[in-house]
Amino acid sequence: MSDLKTAAATPDRNAAPGLRFLLGPLPRYVLRRLSQAFLVMLLVVVGSFVLVKMAPGDMVDVLAGNADMTAEQMAALRARYGLDQPTWVQLLRYMYSLATLDFGYSPLNAAPVLDIILARWPVTALLVVSSVLISMTVGTIMGVVAARNAGNPVDLSISLLMLFFYATPTFIVAIGFILIFSVFLGMMPIAGFSTVGADYTGLRYVWDVITHLTMPVLALCTFFTAIYGRIGRAAMLEVLTLDYVRTARAKGLSERRVIYVHALRNAMLPLVTMAGLQVSSLVGGAVLIETIFGLPGMGRTAFDAVFERDTNLLLGVVFVSSLSVVVVNFVIDMLYMALDPRVELA
Amino acid sequence: MTKPSFQLNRRAVIKGMSAGAAMPFVLSPSSRALGSGAKHGGTLTTVAWPGTTFMNSAITTSGPEAFLSPKMFDGLLGYDFGMQGKPALATSWNISEDGLRVTFNLRPNVKWHDGQPFTARDVAFTFMEVIKVHHGRGRTLFADLLDVETPDDLTAVFVLKRPAPAMMKALDGRESPILPSHLYAGTDIMENPHNIDPVGTGAFKFVSHERGVSVVMERNPDYWDGDRPYLDRIIVQYISDASTRTAMLEAGQADVVFLNFLPALDMLRIAEKSEFEIDLKGYETSVSQQQMDFNLERPVLQDVRVRQAIAHAIDRAWIVKNVWHGFGEPGATPLHHEQVSFYNTDGVPGYEFDPSKSEALLDEAGHKRGANGVRFELTIDPTPYGNESVIAAEYMREQMRQIGIDLKIRTQDFAVFIKRVWSDRDFDLALYTAAMGADPTIGVQRFYWSKNFKPGVAFSNGSSYSNPEVDALLEASQVELDLATRQQQFHEFQKIAMTELPTLPIVSTTRATIAHRKVKDHTVDALGSLGNLAHCWIDESA
Repeated sequence: MSDLKTAAATPDRNAAPGLRFLLGPLPRYVLRRLSQAFLVMLLVVVGSFVLVKMAPGDMVDVLAGNADMTAEQMAALRARYGLDQPTWVQLLRYMYSLATLDFGYSPLNAAPVLDIILARWPVTALLVVSSVLISMTVGTIMGVVAARNAGNPVDLSISLLMLFFYATPTFIVAIGFILIFSVFLGMMPIAGFSTVGADYTGLRYVWDVITHLTMPVLALCTFFTAIYGRIGRAAMLEVLTLDYVRTARAKGLSERRVIYVHALRNAMLPLVTMAGLQVSSLVGGAVLIETIFGLPGMGRTAFDAVFERDTNLLLGVVFVSSLSVVVVNFVIDMLYMALDPRVELA
Repeated sequence: MTKPSFQLNRRAVIKGMSAGAAMPFVLSPSSRALGSGAKHGGTLTTVAWPGTTFMNSAITTSGPEAFLSPKMFDGLLGYDFGMQGKPALATSWNISEDGLRVTFNLRPNVKWHDGQPFTARDVAFTFMEVIKVHHGRGRTLFADLLDVETPDDLTAVFVLKRPAPAMMKALDGRESPILPSHLYAGTDIMENPHNIDPVGTGAFKFVSHERGVSVVMERNPDYWDGDRPYLDRIIVQYISDASTRTAMLEAGQADVVFLNFLPALDMLRIAEKSEFEIDLKGYETSVSQQQMDFNLERPVLQDVRVRQAIAHAIDRAWIVKNVWHGFGEPGATPLHHEQVSFYNTDGVPGYEFDPSKSEALLDEAGHKRGANGVRFELTIDPTPYGNESVIAAEYMREQMRQIGIDLKIRTQDFAVFIKRVWSDRDFDLALYTAAMGADPTIGVQRFYWSKNFKPGVAFSNGSSYSNPEVDALLEASQVELDLATRQQQFHEFQKIAMTELPTLPIVSTTRATIAHRKVKDHTVDALGSLGNLAHCWIDESA
């Protein structure tokens, strides 16, 4: 934080207002974060490339294993996709095309990697955003209610419920949902992002997607709801003992206002941190849920790409996922400042 | 008409299996009499995995394409049960005395989905420019096809260097779909946009494909086969998780599951419900066998007594019952038992389960037990494709321990497995399941023919077996037109292969379709679900 304070203290007083802003703390901070992000992504891409190349067998081996091929056909394919080149040449080529924003081609999908990612990113984004919003809201409310009733039966039952959510593996919840709501009750569609071949439009399509995503989103929510609930309860209990809350009460504010305006704002800080972690773990990490519910998301795509040795596709997914994580972390840091003015750029 | 449902009784199944026999439910031929009551309309939804890359199987032998292609593309022939040829795009055909000319009379007034007429040019182009060049099996199967002559628009004459009997079983829409030459000629075949946006002559037209998610096809109203097809639409959903596929069938969100895409135990459980039926027919062109290659480059495995000892220590009926849950029969020869024309066990060594014989053979071979009771060590690499090979390998480890062989199991992902066995040749025993083909020349020969020992080529001769006598038999059977002589040749081959045992057949697997009772006539011939599904219809009253 110290460099920030000095930076803020010595803007060039003669500079034009626009330039003064450009030299100010926020742009500098953004610039530094950007360069850090660039380094992180470079490491991620090179690391994934090396890892997938270290695994024995390449894409052509996989193709040949699934479809009879002669040695000449295999050699021709390797030459076509540059797999006959030394690894470092392949890496340099990949970095070069990435620099020109060309993600390459996925032969196993017979499509450009960018097309595949553009089709799948929205699925994952919807999954992640809705489960973060739902679990954070529900978790926070439960945490606050538990904290206000600390020690009494309401607190106890909420804590027990949280423990249950916390301890049940996500895939068990998912399979349970399928058995109850789809197989026995016949209410919910099991697989996919929307009804195949229905060609719905407008609100009907929105409703269709909602019904398809309900079970996977709720299954993803259970664990994180418990986390938010537990963190929320602890943070709330701590904040409620602070002087400023006592001051607020002394001013004669209603209890509701004290809790939800004064106390909760401070208690939100650890919850926002958690949200950042949740987003990072779900982007590309929801493989299990995507698999069970047949959702064509980023995690599933990366998972399959590893086994198919589809380097271009894997690296494309890794690149976009890590970019999303970097952006989300930045947004979270901005949120800190909005929530607590004492937090400064550093 | 109604098919008798196999109201599967678990006790009956288990009883059948403990006898080491086939599954006790098989449709009687008479119950398959077709047609009456077939109604138009409805959508058939099925689930499969993995997703497809292309939409035709003329340029690849991969599984997803093999299922989709025959719906949208026709072959020259279809096949009735027992692999008897029947008309498709060719209405009749005849083979010349010397077997060197095969004349196909083509069906008139057939239109491509884009409205262009289908002619002999399409046939000539497809075989000479596509299948002979780009199809994995086609390259060898049609190697002797010198030219396709087209004296007129409705006649195609195959001119052969040598007779090719096996070729006549590879002319259906799955193995050799006819592509439109007006859209493919003069293009880079592998990069042609119609590989993913297909134009065929088939019963169903392509509607949409969402990669890794689904394929939608709709009825071709101008199809040449009378008032068929009956279905309005076929939807294929790609679902990677097997229990999700099971749940979809149970919840009515899928109507039928072909090609064993449900786990065996799930199939047996669901089949006990009255609304579902299992059908074991319709997989004659895609029979597969679980087998184990001995790497004959390993000194210890070069001794035939060691290979025979290992065979005697493995109870293949046990593997059928406990690993495949009854969906198969103990492997008895290199051929699959459904290759009925050529499968023959007379005088073929059987290697009954008898560990004491194994011990005697190993002692005789000079591999005495050491102080720790171990004679020698071996490693087995089971394919990770499906879990049957991994489980069977675990069983074998225990069996081998009893006869003094310390068997180590090495598991890896599919790419590593392929590379280890067929490229690096860094293995002792390789256990995998492979397709045996519509004809032994197509599917079986590749594992035993010394000229197909080709490191780098997956599912080639993995044991590096080489026997001039076997080579001669296999090569003679490739060009033998007389059925009896050809049967003789394959019988001799089966005897030698099972005596020398470069590869141990473990289980001839049985494929199955499980369908809701309302799905009628999905399997009416040898091609079954790998045919065009033109006869299939939905009986809403069921």
